[in-house]
Amino acid sequence: MRRRVSTGVFLAALGLGIAGLGARAGNVTATAQTKPETRDVTIDNFTFGPADLTVKAGTTITWTNRDDIPHTVVNTDKVFKSKVLDTDEKFSFTFSTPGTFSYFCSIHPKMTGKVVVQ
Amino acid sequence: MSEKKKDELLVDHNNDGVDRRGFLTCMAWAGTGALFVVQGGVPKSYSLSSLLKLGPKTATELSFVQISDSHMGFSKPANPDVVATLNAAVDKINGLATPPEFLLHTGDISHLSKPEEFDTVDQVLKSASAKNVFFVPGEHDVLGDDGKQYLERYGKGSKGAGWYSFDKKGVHFIGLVNVLNLKAGGLGTLGREQLEWLASDVKHLKSSTPIVVFAHIPLWSVYPEWGWGTDDSAQALTFLKKFGSVTVLNGHIHQTLQKVEGNVTFHTAASTAFPQPQPGKADSPGPMKVPAEQPKSILGITDVTSVRGKHALAIVDSSLA
Repeated sequence: MRRRVSTGVFLAALGLGIAGLGARAGNVTATAQTKPETRDVTIDNFTFGPADLTVKAGTTITWTNRDDIPHTVVNTDKVFKSKVLDTDEKFSFTFSTPGTFSYFCSIHPKMTGKVVVQ
Repeated sequence: MSEKKKDELLVDHNNDGVDRRGFLTCMAWAGTGALFVVQGGVPKSYSLSSLLKLGPKTATELSFVQISDSHMGFSKPANPDVVATLNAAVDKINGLATPPEFLLHTGDISHLSKPEEFDTVDQVLKSASAKNVFFVPGEHDVLGDDGKQYLERYGKGSKGAGWYSFDKKGVHFIGLVNVLNLKAGGLGTLGREQLEWLASDVKHLKSSTPIVVFAHIPLWSVYPEWGWGTDDSAQALTFLKKFGSVTVLNGHIHQTLQKVEGNVTFHTAASTAFPQPQPGKADSPGPMKVPAEQPKSILGITDVTSVRGKHALAIVDSSLA
């Protein structure tokens, strides 16, 4: 008799546990649109930092110019191109497709960077 | 750096007992706004105070002034008032013993290619004694529109992106554009179309014609790590090989530097807006803040004189102080 109860309790607990799991799984499903990833690149001292970045598809990268001189962010394949960024101005781009995106500052072309999207 | 000597320092450039240390001292002075004259192939330096005593140049055939990098619109600690310093440059021009026949502006007229910035420079330059100004664009003048606005304002009679030539008293002037179509990781660039034009422009000139080439980014390799050079300038210089006197005037680096290579004298002008560090002396070539009392001593103008029969042009840099 006790064993049966124990088994019953066990099964019930298991059931609850599974239900609980289910409930948690349900929560995750409800917020399946996880917060989009964002990464920051700082432009300082005529350098993109970090110059090389690897991100997941769907990531938005924001460049912020901290130099006393304007810069731009221009992809060599023209997929993205910022306006001229004066000090503290920003440019953002969301990388939806995988690939390698090399970019540079069109005003100071020695400044280069790269984004690898996986 | 304060003036060390009041006397002229004559340096024999021909390697006969060359005073190397004197020559290098000259170069250091040029960076701080002292005067450096190349006349007849012989560099001569003058203290600032004695410049005014030079008097009218009786043998002068032609004199003009190079100014550069006015960066109208810039307003950061390195210089919160670039209008004032440009006005100081104009005062300096107007104070020269011989009024220059015209001005050459070697680019970065504006800071952000804004119409009002160009307007302000035009306005300030109206009070210069020289009424004609010839421009070439800097990379700050062609932002956002590949130089369309620059061409509308200053490109009358020019070809392509704004290159052109003209003659004054037997001297052939060539304005080149090396700030467009810049490639990632590259330096300044002239491009094939412009190079072909240059070759044909000088083809029929006598080799005794003095040539003055002016462009924004240096046409020699000053410091490639900072983008201070032009990828295809060597080719341009081969077209000028036949000439006995070639003077190359550039801006972009916001300091005076000079180099002589055979028949070619390369000269970069100081900015009228803000100084930049010497090659490799800082992390980056950004605007350089200096103690409050210094800025005018490292901003400046360049007075250039061509004397018929003399090999090289006389180039005198003077600070705004």
